[in-house]
Amino acid sequence: MRWILLIWLSLAAPAFAQIAPDEQRAREIGAQLRCVVCQNQSIEESDAQLAQDMRRIVREQLATGASNDDVISHIRDSYGDYVLLKPPVQSNTYVLWFFPFGLVIVSFIWWLSTARRREVVQTEAELSENDKALLSSLMDDTS
Amino acid sequence: MNLRGLIPLFAFVALIGALAFGLTRDPRILPSELIEKPFPDFALKDLEGERILTPSILEGQVSLVNVFGSWCVACTVEHPQLMAIRNEPDLKLIGIDWRDTRAAANRWLVKHGNPYDVVIFDPNSKLIVPLGVSGAPESFIVDKAGQIRYKHVGIITEKDWRNTLRPLVESLQ
Repeated sequence: MRWILLIWLSLAAPAFAQIAPDEQRAREIGAQLRCVVCQNQSIEESDAQLAQDMRRIVREQLATGASNDDVISHIRDSYGDYVLLKPPVQSNTYVLWFFPFGLVIVSFIWWLSTARRREVVQTEAELSENDKALLSSLMDDTS
Repeated sequence: MNLRGLIPLFAFVALIGALAFGLTRDPRILPSELIEKPFPDFALKDLEGERILTPSILEGQVSLVNVFGSWCVACTVEHPQLMAIRNEPDLKLIGIDWRDTRAAANRWLVKHGNPYDVVIFDPNSKLIVPLGVSGAPESFIVDKAGQIRYKHVGIITEKDWRNTLRPLVESLQ
């Protein structure tokens, strides 16, 4: 029984391996940066060579003592807002960020204004005098 | 006629229009952040491994900085156009040999001809990333003061040179 426990612990050991704090920060930064070659992956996920180089540059800059924001703004200076996977809230992205909420609010107002009108809609239409006469004449024909 | 019924149709047409416009744009062409900004600082060796090059090589004349590599197929297509303009007066051709080995790059330049006045050797994207380059070939026009004035993504064709790049180079003299 004891040796089973030993084997189990030795297999589990890698799960307890520590990640260096800088490496942890590099991964956090990398997850926020878009790979400019593949465009829908972060540089941490991408196998593209340029993403590998960008990962290394992120780590080199962290090693010189740069903060997370320094590293991100440095990469952003060269590749633009495009390289950020989460678009920043700024004047040219207001439509992106606020249009959905605006749409929900406008839809709700529209729904409220039509709801009142809907209540007065009659479900059974009254027959006009002409229609009544026509109906009774048709009923008489068939009998 | 009740025009309110047509509102969904108009909204649909507007949506299709916006999506159709999006399709006409090439997603590989990213806007350059570096236009009208100084060329990023660098200190990299040349292809011979003899000199350390810095942005001082850009000073004093208009330069066309061209990113290439011996692995890059499109660069082979672009190459004859660079060869055609290599003797252009008042224009320095600077190559950035990207993600390459010296041996492969030298072989490639011997085989196809060397249009460059100087080649910066950048195997680890040290200059490529600050330049915001996403692929090769890519070219920059840099003015006499070392400011980036134009970015060209992809192959420089004869037409690009005649209609866009040459007039720009002449205007910067």
